[in-house]
Amino acid sequence: MNSVRVLVGTRKGAFILNSDEKRADWQVSGPHFAGWEIYHINGSPANPNRLYASQSSGWFGQVIQRSDDGGQTWNPVGNQFVYEGETGTHQWFDGSQRPWAFTRVWNLQPSPNDPDTVYAGVEDAALFKSTDGGHSWRELPGLRAAKGHLWQPGAGGMCLHTILLDPTNLDRIYVAISAAGAFRTDDGGQTWLPINKGLKSNFELPDPDADVGHCVHNLAMHPSRPDVLFMQKHWDVMRSDDAGGQWREVSGDLPSDFGFPISVHAHEPETVYVVPIKSDSEHYPPEGKLRVYRSRGGGNQWEALTNGLPQKDCYVNVFRSAMAVDRLDSCGIYFGTTGGQVYVSPDAGDHWMPIVHDLPAVLSVEVQTLP
Amino acid sequence: MIRVIIPYHLRNLANVGGEVALQVEGTVTQRVILDALESCYPVLRGTIRDHRTGQRRPFIRFFVCGEDWSHESPDAPLPEVIASGQEVFRIVGAMAGG
Repeated sequence: MNSVRVLVGTRKGAFILNSDEKRADWQVSGPHFAGWEIYHINGSPANPNRLYASQSSGWFGQVIQRSDDGGQTWNPVGNQFVYEGETGTHQWFDGSQRPWAFTRVWNLQPSPNDPDTVYAGVEDAALFKSTDGGHSWRELPGLRAAKGHLWQPGAGGMCLHTILLDPTNLDRIYVAISAAGAFRTDDGGQTWLPINKGLKSNFELPDPDADVGHCVHNLAMHPSRPDVLFMQKHWDVMRSDDAGGQWREVSGDLPSDFGFPISVHAHEPETVYVVPIKSDSEHYPPEGKLRVYRSRGGGNQWEALTNGLPQKDCYVNVFRSAMAVDRLDSCGIYFGTTGGQVYVSPDAGDHWMPIVHDLPAVLSVEVQTLP
Repeated sequence: MIRVIIPYHLRNLANVGGEVALQVEGTVTQRVILDALESCYPVLRGTIRDHRTGQRRPFIRFFVCGEDWSHESPDAPLPEVIASGQEVFRIVGAMAGG
């Protein structure tokens, strides 16, 4: 019988939630690294018992933890993230230039075929790679050469928060940065191309069609179609059918096209999920109703999924890395909220239930489907 | 033997109890103590001082004999009572909630 392991990063520690394939009864483990911010935990597709966690604190900086037994025990590995060469400057909130400075790791993405190879997306935005299981890290500096002086921080900092590895082509990587946009490499990270054509940031940039500077909140891709990308931008839900060469808006009939996470169904590459948020001024669901929206046609037409979710007086947010899907036959959808709830739908969004409802604010959710 | 107290979260990270005892040679300074601490507990590298610059992290303070030595030179000799282990060198997380 299959099982699932849900990896939850919160403001005050990590939690691991386990269930069999019915996804009805859950065992909760944690808090791990109690009191620390856990921006992301992720497992290796090549060895599901190999987990990496980003543990950080405003006081004590960055620690990377690694588990080789599915999260039962952990050991700290390397935490030295040093930018390559001259760091240069990027835009600050007021438009002035400011030197790059490392703050934390936002995202950890293990390689699909090697448990010792893992990528780290950091703030200030850059991409690092380890090939020795997290002991040492080396920046891929070609990314910052893609007009880095024009990048600027979003409200959460200037963070590289999303890393998508093309499972069919290990030299192709997509990343997203707030607020710089989306970028692609086709040579394993040596050179990078901004892939932001078609994005419009009318209220955020002096040139709404600029090459870089867009506040991309999240990217999603189905592994069977790595050229098709979905994007939740600051405002607008977008789609590209040519690996980011051109984007078109697919917000359609959403009640708001502002939001953070976006996910794709495990078995239906045209089924996409978002969580609309009222606005960038009011980071909570429209009308106080927590609704996941599903499109079965790759965007434009969306249906509200509400069964089991609070439909009044709900003012939580769902962060960009806090939604994920499992790969069971009936695809499970998961998301965590700033109110500390982690919800699961074992039937692709038709019915929802809370797994836990009183955790610290949830920063990230990942799901492993185990044999 | 130098006696050092480190913050709660770093005690957990280094898997140590209340006080840490360190053997150091020569003149005892803040830098000498921190070098010895990081040598005994490599996991603490980067958590008290910045990896690249070696500077004290902004939310860390160093207390010596009831005084804040955070802004003293890291190479200034510490009082004999620290060097002898009579008093504890305290590494403290700045007072701030969250």
